[in-house]
Amino acid sequence: MEHKRITLFAGHYGSGKTNIAVNYTLALKARRDMVMLADLDIVNPYYRAKDSARELEEKGIRVISSFFANSNVDLPALPQEIYAITDDRRWACVLDVGGDDRGALALGRLVPAIREENDYEMLLVINRFRPLTRDAESVMEVVSEIEAACRLPFTGIVNNSNLGAETTAEDILGSLRYAEEVSRLSGLPIAMTTIEEKLMPALQGKIENLFPMKLQKRPTE
Amino acid sequence: MAEKVLMKGNEAIAEAALMAGCRHYFGYPITPQTELTAYMAKRLPKMDGVFLQAESELAAINMVIGVSAAGKRVMTSSSSPGISLKGEGLSYLAGCDLPAFVVNVQRGGPGLGGIQPSQSDYFQATRGTHGDYRTIVLAPDSVQEMVSLTIKGFELADKYRMTAMLLADGTLGQMMEPVSLDQGEIVTFEKPWAANGTKMQRPNNIINSLSLIPEELEQWNLTRFKRYDIVEQNEVMYEEYMMEDAEICLVSFGITARVSKNAIAEARAKGIKAGMIRPITLWPFPKKPLLAAAQKVKAFVTVEMNMGQMIEDVELATRCLKPVISCTRCGGVIPSPNDVMAAIDKACEIGGAAK
Repeated sequence: MEHKRITLFAGHYGSGKTNIAVNYTLALKARRDMVMLADLDIVNPYYRAKDSARELEEKGIRVISSFFANSNVDLPALPQEIYAITDDRRWACVLDVGGDDRGALALGRLVPAIREENDYEMLLVINRFRPLTRDAESVMEVVSEIEAACRLPFTGIVNNSNLGAETTAEDILGSLRYAEEVSRLSGLPIAMTTIEEKLMPALQGKIENLFPMKLQKRPTE
Repeated sequence: MAEKVLMKGNEAIAEAALMAGCRHYFGYPITPQTELTAYMAKRLPKMDGVFLQAESELAAINMVIGVSAAGKRVMTSSSSPGISLKGEGLSYLAGCDLPAFVVNVQRGGPGLGGIQPSQSDYFQATRGTHGDYRTIVLAPDSVQEMVSLTIKGFELADKYRMTAMLLADGTLGQMMEPVSLDQGEIVTFEKPWAANGTKMQRPNNIINSLSLIPEELEQWNLTRFKRYDIVEQNEVMYEEYMMEDAEICLVSFGITARVSKNAIAEARAKGIKAGMIRPITLWPFPKKPLLAAAQKVKAFVTVEMNMGQMIEDVELATRCLKPVISCTRCGGVIPSPNDVMAAIDKACEIGGAAK
């Protein structure tokens, strides 16, 4: 798993960024020390990276998240600690960016330093089963809106096409053409195709750069 | 059948409203329903529709009154405190006999409360604001049902010239599930009463809730309530779940009905014959099936995310023939299957059911 110092996951609202960011962070921690996950989501009130904070912190991963995430306070604020992402280059950082251009706006303040260091990967998360990004043309609209909002260009694509728990191996295989079309229109390479772990036996060897994941759930008491 | 898509509850309501022919949305953002507003803002302009973020909830509901009076399908949506602000307009809609579709994705209260999910607006939704009137209240328990009940809501609103409210909660609004958007034919109605231009071919249609003559106002109310009687006779919706042999009957709506189903599986595994009646329309309330169940079961358990509101309707519907145990969490907390299981155990003891 080659990686840049900063890996950002951005894309359309509800495309699966948080789930991927958490799984990617866990995979990264298995390879190296000093890994941090930063939850930059200022859009979602719940179902956030902070839901997985305990699991991540038990594995020694540093989690940066709004003090108000998952609380009763609806405040789109980010903690000052986020400057550690660009100030402290010892850490490998995974950034979970909020959905659409509205979410990507929060990234703006970090972008000059990220550009200057130039050791980042900004991945576009796409899901063919989301109604507003069902074809490559609609994805391209989202791409230009996000890039305009955060002033950072994407470098690759994560094909996260899924129907939640109902996803079949055929759904994934059927999404490959869609991902290739997005790749063709955007000129971006497909960095990975994500699948739920249970689909691994059915798909292993059939798709390049498969990334198996566990579905992160909201902890119940 | 069309391929399924993955949607948030809030988005699914918006998409279903568009499918139902709604091209006018007026609202003001509030967590946890804002995705609905955002979705409409993206989609409606591309469909030659009108999306308007009003300056306030009061403005939004009055814009709904205007468009409804003109005979078009129209909606607004909010979360608990925002619905309170729209309360006056809801009563005016009723007084004018205007159809409207209104969504409440509930959060914890009272007051500003919080942004986590709740069902604490049950009283408000089923009882309404000032004046004698009724609201059709639809309570989905899945993203799929948010689609079907939104389409149904527009239909019922037009059919009976009244407000249909979709009463969801933050969990349903925020959760993602696969849904089919294949919902069959959309039922529409002629609106000869609409104030949409006489073309010099008919007298003016006047839409108004003010009457200067008490006897006239009384007559308006009597006529309206005859229509409500028909709604109560024809439009009750509910789901019966494992009730054939049930000794304990859970009553729950929306997201807590799903928790209850998990608890029922657990109870059955322990040998307790539990089942559920899930009201889908909270008004008209499924009184008849509940009264029939009261003849058979040993006790009822109501499961709600509030301090116990629907329990009053269950006690009324069952004429208190059997004990009703209340299982509630509030303030944004969802009851766990264990909470429900504890209430089922208690109901077995009080009602004398086999455990």
